[in-house]
Amino acid sequence: MASSVSALNRFRYLRLGGVTLADYGFYVLCATAIVLLATQAVIDPRTFFQTLDFGVADGAIYALVALGYTMVYGIIELINFAHGDIFTLSAFIGSALLGFFAINGDSLTLTNVIALLIVFPVVMLIIGGINVTIERVAYRPLRNAPRLAPLITAIGMSFIVEGAMYLWRGAATITFPDLLPHGPGFQTYIGGVFFTFKDVFVVVAAVILVSLLAVFINRSKLGKAMRATAQDRDAAQLMGIDINRTISATFFIGALLAAAGGMIYGLYFTSLDYHLGFRAGLIAFTAAVFGGIGNIPGAAVGGLLIGLVQAFSDNYIGSKWTEIVIFGILIGVLVFRPTGLLGMRVPEK
Amino acid sequence: MNRAAVPRGSLLARLRLRERIRDRDTALYGILLIVALVFPAATLYTQDGSTYLISLAGHAGTYVLLAIGLNVVVGFAGLLDLGYAAFFAIGAYTYALFASQQLLASPIHHAYHFPFWLMMFVGLLIAASAGAVLGFPTLRLRGDYLAIVTLGFGEIVPNVFYNLDQWTGGINAIGGIDQPVLPAWITGPWAGANNIAIVSPFNFSFDPIAYYVLIFVLVAGAIILVNNLQRSRLGRAWMAIREDEVAAAAMGINTVTTKLLAFAIGASFSGFAGAYYGASFGLVSPDDFLFIVSITVLVMIVLGGMGNIPGVIFGAIAIYFILNWFLPSLPPNIESLANTFGLGALNDRNGDWPGLANATQRLTLLIFGLILVTMMLLRPQGLFPSRVREQELKHAVALEDEAAVEQAHA
Repeated sequence: MASSVSALNRFRYLRLGGVTLADYGFYVLCATAIVLLATQAVIDPRTFFQTLDFGVADGAIYALVALGYTMVYGIIELINFAHGDIFTLSAFIGSALLGFFAINGDSLTLTNVIALLIVFPVVMLIIGGINVTIERVAYRPLRNAPRLAPLITAIGMSFIVEGAMYLWRGAATITFPDLLPHGPGFQTYIGGVFFTFKDVFVVVAAVILVSLLAVFINRSKLGKAMRATAQDRDAAQLMGIDINRTISATFFIGALLAAAGGMIYGLYFTSLDYHLGFRAGLIAFTAAVFGGIGNIPGAAVGGLLIGLVQAFSDNYIGSKWTEIVIFGILIGVLVFRPTGLLGMRVPEK
Repeated sequence: MNRAAVPRGSLLARLRLRERIRDRDTALYGILLIVALVFPAATLYTQDGSTYLISLAGHAGTYVLLAIGLNVVVGFAGLLDLGYAAFFAIGAYTYALFASQQLLASPIHHAYHFPFWLMMFVGLLIAASAGAVLGFPTLRLRGDYLAIVTLGFGEIVPNVFYNLDQWTGGINAIGGIDQPVLPAWITGPWAGANNIAIVSPFNFSFDPIAYYVLIFVLVAGAIILVNNLQRSRLGRAWMAIREDEVAAAAMGINTVTTKLLAFAIGASFSGFAGAYYGASFGLVSPDDFLFIVSITVLVMIVLGGMGNIPGVIFGAIAIYFILNWFLPSLPPNIESLANTFGLGALNDRNGDWPGLANATQRLTLLIFGLILVTMMLLRPQGLFPSRVREQELKHAVALEDEAAVEQAHA
């Protein structure tokens, strides 16, 4: 038994021209998927590109949520189970705030634009504040506790946030104001594929937010502090970085993205319930792992890929198999490439 | 040692009860044992012969088995498993498929009715092999990546049972599962009979007390087994890996085999529990094994005190009763409380106010979350942490303090 396992590992790490066999396995899997999809694209390009369109829109939302998971994991190695519920909460708060505006969903009226321009940042700030509070109350006191203790408080916080939403609006599905224009003037067929303004909005918003995040992480002083803290907390502290402030900032920014994601989700799908974040969070987390957890571009790519996988699986395999496909791919990726798609091969600490 | 020095006077002194009670874990075992033995009689007496609490305790026993099993993986070997419910599902479905009419409608058109006592061990073996199969390619993953693979596995398994509706009935669940049959059993007023008599052969047919006795025996067996495992060479190897995998490997421990065994043995307990679960409910549905079940069992062991068997058992029982007895009974209790204090008006629905019972019912999830967070903040090591772990942690803190002092002097 033991020898067979080590033989398996030896086999796995056998190198052929500088590439390990595990990598070959991974490339073969990717190639198979691409070939299968390409065949579909040739047979029925319309369905293919329509699915692609759905997948990209879904993936953009997953990417926004996955970024929060990956940032928090990167800096304090915690699976923040409450993050998915923060995402849902933002849509709840957003729908309540939007209720104050006169709403006309069929065209891009000035009121709609103003309402969105006011509500978006307000919701993001509120959610950011809530997430920082959660970190302060439930995670910071346990920073030096056994590793599983903050995991349990994260689960507890998830229940608390879900419970608060349940208390507020009950178990029924709530409708989000349908603010984005979706009339005849805002949809078009390009080569037989149905595009709506909503799809474009989701993707553009996500791209803008992710680019802003990338600039922030790579250029700003706080971003540099975050990277340093993620790499080595003690060394960062010795260099004079305020660890608590940096971690709070990470939670704040992660929540900003999740809040934007939640608002975009609400605008795109227009209905949600208090339990949505549990499943969506799990899938977004999978996306973060998929791209290599702790890796910020990885989370964006992973989110997009999971969205695509979901759309293609829904369409070509059947939606009841989608979850099996997503998690099956997750296991496959981790077996062949244990640090995710873009994760680096870091030496073990 | 001089034999005359041994005190002979009282029974208490001879059993050295005083010293034993002073040992927290032994005392905890003692309390659990006494409560478990007194519980059925006490509830029958206080609840006017209602067996509801006893059947609840029987189901709590399933979770005790699960917690003991997950503790082997997470507490002993330090491998985070977020998909433990998958093995539970495999055990339950193994029994349900081969002890009901279900397979008659499946492509093989033949119903099997294997006895419970056999299927319990078959479920155990199949769950253990599922653990080994999952572990084999993935155990070289470090830390949380393993957790994520198990999470994925835990999502896949119930979904597979859900989708293979030709075989498992899917959303319709498998019902009419066979009850265990014993050659002989004692029946009495508690089971609805007029007087105490011996029935032979005895069919369990959802008799809560019979199930209670069965789970008591199973849990007792599991406790003895897992205590011996902990003290065995394998148990020490697990703990060595948990503390430092590289050092353990350097000491000659085969880390892969050891971790694989932790996975398989941990899974086997839930296979066992699965068979019992299928029999005691008579119904197995994919919804019984979702992610939330894995999370609940994890919460039980962390809250009880990871790695410490009596603590884990206590955590399982406490969380089970909070979730399935305390929280559901809260709304009617609050309502009657309001009535006694003359605040009965609060119970009525009034405009936006949904009524006190309804409002409390909406609060339950929030309350459970608050309980989890507060407990963890107050006792990050769990209620009854393992003594060895506690010493190690104190030692580590002391070492760090010394190092800090040295640094300050340097």
